[in-house]
Amino acid sequence: MTDRGAATDAVPVDPQEATRREEPRRVAPRPVGSGWRQRLEIAFFVTPALALMAVFVVWPVVSAVRMSFFRWKGFGPMDDFVGWSNYDLVLHDEVFRDAVAHNFTIVVLSIVVQLPLGLGVALLLNRRIRARGLLRTIVFVPYVLAEVIAGVVWYQLLQPESGVVDGLVRAVGLTPPDQGFLGTPDLALWTVFVVLTWKYLGLAILLFLAGLQGVPDELYEAAQLDGAGWWQVQRRIAIPLLAPTIRTWCFLSMIGSLQLFDMVWILTGGGPANATTTMATYLVSQGTQRHNYGIAGAASVILFVVGFVMALAYQVFVLRRDTAVER
Amino acid sequence: MSSGRTRERAKPFGSGGPLVYLLALMAVIVTLGPVVYGALGGFRSNEQLASDPSGLPDPWVWSNYQHVLTNAEFWQYALNSTIVAVVTTVVAVLFGVMAAYPLARYRFRGREPLFMVFVLGLLFPAAVAIIPLFILVTRDLGMGNTYWGVALPQAAFALPLTVVILRPFLMAMPRELEEAALIDGASRIGIFWRLAVPLSAPALVTVGVLAFVASWNAYLLPLLLLQDDMRTLPLGVADYSSEHSSDTAGVLAFTTLAMIPALLLFLAMQRRIVSGLQGAVKG
Repeated sequence: MTDRGAATDAVPVDPQEATRREEPRRVAPRPVGSGWRQRLEIAFFVTPALALMAVFVVWPVVSAVRMSFFRWKGFGPMDDFVGWSNYDLVLHDEVFRDAVAHNFTIVVLSIVVQLPLGLGVALLLNRRIRARGLLRTIVFVPYVLAEVIAGVVWYQLLQPESGVVDGLVRAVGLTPPDQGFLGTPDLALWTVFVVLTWKYLGLAILLFLAGLQGVPDELYEAAQLDGAGWWQVQRRIAIPLLAPTIRTWCFLSMIGSLQLFDMVWILTGGGPANATTTMATYLVSQGTQRHNYGIAGAASVILFVVGFVMALAYQVFVLRRDTAVER
Repeated sequence: MSSGRTRERAKPFGSGGPLVYLLALMAVIVTLGPVVYGALGGFRSNEQLASDPSGLPDPWVWSNYQHVLTNAEFWQYALNSTIVAVVTTVVAVLFGVMAAYPLARYRFRGREPLFMVFVLGLLFPAAVAIIPLFILVTRDLGMGNTYWGVALPQAAFALPLTVVILRPFLMAMPRELEEAALIDGASRIGIFWRLAVPLSAPALVTVGVLAFVASWNAYLLPLLLLQDDMRTLPLGVADYSSEHSSDTAGVLAFTTLAMIPALLLFLAMQRRIVSGLQGAVKG
């Protein structure tokens, strides 16, 4: 460790480490280091952000919790306290249970399908092939498009009979479903998942490529000298070193899958026959279309609790390994 | 490979064989296929689309794009999207860098818990609070169907990511600069404006682009809060698509034109978006 301290380094590797290492050096020289004046400055800087979040994040979340204990149709005073019965209704509602199952199906499918696919393309693009930069840009294009815009284009592609997808399926000698891929209850969720994969694979590829940049060339060279083949090098060196990035991506993917709304709303609206409802589409349709605000509130709370518990569990059991090493 | 010290040593894994290029080509086709289909579809007539869904324009039809470009609603939606995104971005970046500054440069009790507030904020998706947010904005604040009514909540939900990305950047600012400024008699607020903000400009652009793109693409909140001529482009696209469902070519032209601003911004800001996302993941 050099005397200069990490703060002067070009790369902010770990900011907390940097300040900690600085600590012994700075005992005296702090002109404005203490007292009410510093507190005032901190308040000046932090208050706008905290106020905005208090009004538009914390307060609505608290209201959702409160709302979930009342039967309320959106007008008049909210005074019909019903205790846990909204939760009871939601948790016994077949549609909501299916919605939870759909969310978890997407969570699992994303990891099982998108992870190997994204990893494969990233390893592929990590080679020194021609036009690599262009390829990287192209692969990321779907991620930049609005989910709605991507959804509308795919909706057209997936039109029964007249759509391009049905045409392609017929071209290879298969029969597309009569109601179209989005109109057939057994296929709709899978179809939504395919579109989601198209939309979000770019993010996985991009993150994995970034992680691969961190693998020192010397390691590859050393392995090659030892006679390892391409696949062996990827499997023994690149992928293990990529593990933290992979775990982070899994986390992001999981959270995104649990909150899924836009794409489903555009492609199917939750149909056909509730085959593609998610927790988010359920609560929006309960709230805005049926004005069952209490039920929407209960569904919101459940959505949050599910997400929070999964995030926490993931943090404790999976991501801890990464932070334990870094911090 | 055998002749040790030449450059060949590093090469064997570098270049790819024909199989690699074939796979890359497939990835490109699958990725761009739907986008190209939309763009080309806008140049076809509905009859062409009906007779051969996957054909090329023959002849090329310009009227679909012309209709969209002369459609006052389209420009209104684009204007609304721009205003909402700009307000969201300015508020999120300004408040975000202000909050990140003391979290990075001051040492005080409760600093880490305060930072945790922002980290926890990442876990609150807008979907959870959407119904109360709708009630709050429309009834309590009377900001339903206004730019601010959408932009302020969006900025609030963008703040956690902004703070989380900006803090390490501000922490990396050399302490010597700050000390020199203090000795010259600058106030902390002066240091913030004249030192911290200019020095973290690249990071500010990164978080700004992320906030802008998120707002530009947002659907759920505008869907509940904006109606009629206040609608943003994603709402416009979705509504146009359902209102003119028989006019496939028109829908495709409308959708393609709505894609362009986000794509251009992405191409211009590609490196910033990429580094921002990577920073968010590592941070």
